[in-house]
Amino acid sequence: MKNNTILRTERLHAHYILDVYGKAKVIKAVNDVDLAIQEDEIYGIAGESGCGKSTLLKALAAAVEPPLRIISGRVTYRIAGAEVDVSTLTQEEKRKLRMEYIAYVPQGSMSVLNPVSRIRDTYRDFIESHISVHQKGEAFALAKEHLTELGLPVKILDAYPHQLSGGMRQRVTIALATLLKPRIIIGDEPTTALDVVVQRGVVQLLKDVQAKLKNTIVLVTHDMGVHANIADRIGIMYAGKIVEEAPTEKIFSAPTHPYTHYLINSLPKFGDKSPRESVPGSPPSLANLPTGCPFHPRCPHVMDICKQEMPGYTQVASNHKVACWLVGEGTHGKAA
Amino acid sequence: MKLFRDLLRDYRFAFAFGVLCILVAFALLSFFSPYDPSRWGQVPRDLRPSAQHWLGTDSNGQDIFWTATFAVRNSLIIAVIAGVVSRIIAVIVGMVAGYKGGTWDRVLMFFSDSLLVIPLFLIIVMMAMLIRASLNLVTLGLLLAFFGWAWDARLIRSQILSLREREFTQTAILSGASTFKLVINEYMPYTTPLIFSTLINNMAWAIGLEITLAILGLLDLATPTLGTMLYWAINYQAILLGRWWWVMTPITLSVALFIALYWLSVSISEYLDPRTRVQRVGAG
Amino acid sequence: MFLKRYLIPRLIQYVLVIVLGITAVFFIPRLLPNDPVLRTIAEMRARGAYLEPGAMDKIISDLQQMYGLEGSLWDQYLAFWGRLFRGDLGVSFFQFPTPVIDLIMTALPWTAGLLLTTTILGWVIGNLIGGFAGYYSNKQWSRVLDAIAMVVRPLPYYIFAFALLLIFAYYLRWFPISGGARLGMRPSWSWPFIQSVLWHSFLPAMSILILSAAVWFQTMKLVVQNVNAESFVTYAKLSGVKEGRIVSRYVIRNALLPQITGLGLSLGLIFSGALITEIVYSYPGLGTLLYNAIINGDYNLIMGITVFSILAITTSVLIVDLIYPLFDPRIRYM
Ligand SMILES: Nc1ncnc2c1ncn2[C@@H]1O[C@H](COP(=O)(O)OP(=O)(O)O)[C@@H](O)[C@H]1O
Ligand code: SF4
Ligand SMILES: [Mg+2]
Repeated sequence: MKNNTILRTERLHAHYILDVYGKAKVIKAVNDVDLAIQEDEIYGIAGESGCGKSTLLKALAAAVEPPLRIISGRVTYRIAGAEVDVSTLTQEEKRKLRMEYIAYVPQGSMSVLNPVSRIRDTYRDFIESHISVHQKGEAFALAKEHLTELGLPVKILDAYPHQLSGGMRQRVTIALATLLKPRIIIGDEPTTALDVVVQRGVVQLLKDVQAKLKNTIVLVTHDMGVHANIADRIGIMYAGKIVEEAPTEKIFSAPTHPYTHYLINSLPKFGDKSPRESVPGSPPSLANLPTGCPFHPRCPHVMDICKQEMPGYTQVASNHKVACWLVGEGTHGKAA
Repeated sequence: MKLFRDLLRDYRFAFAFGVLCILVAFALLSFFSPYDPSRWGQVPRDLRPSAQHWLGTDSNGQDIFWTATFAVRNSLIIAVIAGVVSRIIAVIVGMVAGYKGGTWDRVLMFFSDSLLVIPLFLIIVMMAMLIRASLNLVTLGLLLAFFGWAWDARLIRSQILSLREREFTQTAILSGASTFKLVINEYMPYTTPLIFSTLINNMAWAIGLEITLAILGLLDLATPTLGTMLYWAINYQAILLGRWWWVMTPITLSVALFIALYWLSVSISEYLDPRTRVQRVGAG
Repeated sequence: MFLKRYLIPRLIQYVLVIVLGITAVFFIPRLLPNDPVLRTIAEMRARGAYLEPGAMDKIISDLQQMYGLEGSLWDQYLAFWGRLFRGDLGVSFFQFPTPVIDLIMTALPWTAGLLLTTTILGWVIGNLIGGFAGYYSNKQWSRVLDAIAMVVRPLPYYIFAFALLLIFAYYLRWFPISGGARLGMRPSWSWPFIQSVLWHSFLPAMSILILSAAVWFQTMKLVVQNVNAESFVTYAKLSGVKEGRIVSRYVIRNALLPQITGLGLSLGLIFSGALITEIVYSYPGLGTLLYNAIINGDYNLIMGITVFSILAITTSVLIVDLIYPLFDPRIRYM
């Protein structure tokens, strides 16, 4: 099989190291994450709020700044056929890669766009930072053309962010992300805080963009419904770890990790009025992780070994791996 | 207690707290003073610091060390009265405005905004001039309290507004708790730290204003305060005559007091506001 | 929307605050046990021997007219406003019969010149340095500046002014100890006079400038650090926008907004601080005028200065409020 991996992490550990009045506090937001994300794939990352999804995305975007630090492991991009370790890149090299090679779609909250600039000026800032523009109106013309292509109204260029609806702000961020036809787009909860109808439109826009560019999208959201709709493969994240990873249909048809069960069961089912099951208990503090399997305080199947040792990965099918003592010792060896 | 231990790890808090303790101890010494602070000519005038008069004596014939202990005590008393009374006003105004909203909010905030744009200093000077004869520690403290609540009422109001958004208010209202109980049980724990840090700022403001009014000669000049000490030193041209011990005593004490209060409040508000706390994070 | 939700409420507030403040100035002496007018008249009578009889009568009648000792309180109040509209603040008791407004107008250029320059300069310098220090808050120089500001900021104006005076005027003798210009010089637009004014106002200006710059430095640094953590800055960084653009068009422009509002709110404080500074340096502005009025018990003059300050400060705050929407489209297009 041809190597199609475009974005890879190897045993990645990323922690926030805080200095609270002279006492170091470590928040272990990403623990031992291995990802191999393919070209022309939509990869979904799911998990409760606070489990480290955004932190993982920061590492993927090569945007690690204090207090966040990469403790061990690495992140690599495949650029023009060659694997590049992002930690070897200079600031300026990384800056140039953004938008052109890897673009970021944030949550389209009220404060995601510069509140004192018109959308047109945001376009100009983004464009002129990456391509040398010779004439004055060039960036504006490019922006107009691009919006038309995506089927968005051109007149929003004259608006200020506070004059746009949440859905429209989100579309603007997606439009900006696709402007320079990047190979990778990473999105952090781009559908959260939108109502269902608007959400569907935004998901469709992302899908259309991907179909056209044939690029890779890494999408973070805690909403399993969105994942079911768009993702090709899903990684389930818990306490900074990927605890299960499989193609979307397998995650939904044959969930294996107890946590994944809960996530799927918490989805509303069509026609089913019975109350939805949510995960009992609360997520662990990443500053103070439980020993062994981090899920054990909340797990209905907990065994003695779970409390002492972290399970390694077991390959339950060719592209389906799980970290849980219920399915075996793990072939990956015992993880840290 | 844990909060206190956390705060003590901040060098500014530790330093400021230490200085403040020393100043309070210094003020308490006044109870053992061998001299009556209101009588002049009890010791020879204008002596340099010596074993007998540690900080020398002034042109009024007072021992500077012991006068200073009274001065710190009295300035602190004024500051505490002004601070505590204005906190009470600020809490009531802020809570009523934030909780009741509507007309209450608009009227109360109009008054506090007005106090913010009016040159209060001049109004206070005017009033001090008129009631100079009856201005003692308590009335001065009350006068300052009356003018010193506006900004902090605003802060408390906006905190109440953001607390109202939270869930517990909704449940408490649904469960039929009385307003008063709600405010005491649900809001007080959240606003107490804010009230405390504004108290410190307000005390510093009050001491500063006391000194200003005293330098202008608007206070009862026979009562030793940091301000009146400075007044007499300036009045007798202590600098020109080279009596540095006389000028430097109130100046050093008040600078120490101001820096201590300021660092205390900065340290506490940084501790309370995680947004500024995150900035303390080291890169190493 | 902008008119209804921003402009009109502000104009109403402006008028109401002035009415409230001036009403307070009118009523305060009447509600307090110690009526300054009666006291002053009594003092005048006692001193009558030293004054020419005509002047004495004039003062007393002026006082009675000014405070309207005849008529109901309401009549007096209306009459007070009537005079105010004509720009009449009465006459000074102790520089009789100079109208208070004339004394204020003579002192005003000195204070306005000192205050306008130092307020604006302090704001600009403090925000400029604070902006960079906030953006590069992990750098060594930023921490050093912060430490300096932590010590300078809590110092009250008069102690700081006093310290500068002691060091640079008494000991080093680089600058004059007091005054606004060399004695005996007549105000004019000649170079020697301007030079003398600049030289005399250097220390008072520095004392205000350094302290207010320290305040703006600290708030700006904090605001910039907070703006820096806002999602639109993170987003721009993750989209590879050039750093220069992020600093100038994203961080600084947004961080300036609360500073503009703050400028309006702090004008009152700076004004009071400047009065003290003038007293310390015997600078011939409103502060020194106020000091002399206090020493002489010239209540009419104090009241005049207070009324004048209420107008000046509320107007400045209003101007800042009116300028603000130019910088914030969220207000402009509500
Ligand atoms: N800038 C930061 N400084 C310190 N801790 C942080 C920071 N950002 C996130 N964290 C912590 O890291 C953990 C993971 O956060 P995050 O990656 O944002 O989770 P998610 O996106 O899954 O909700 C949380 O406990 C959060 O409090
Ligand atoms: S390892 Fe044990 S505790 Fe963890 S999920 Fe599996 S069964 Fe539950
Ligand atoms: Mg997140």
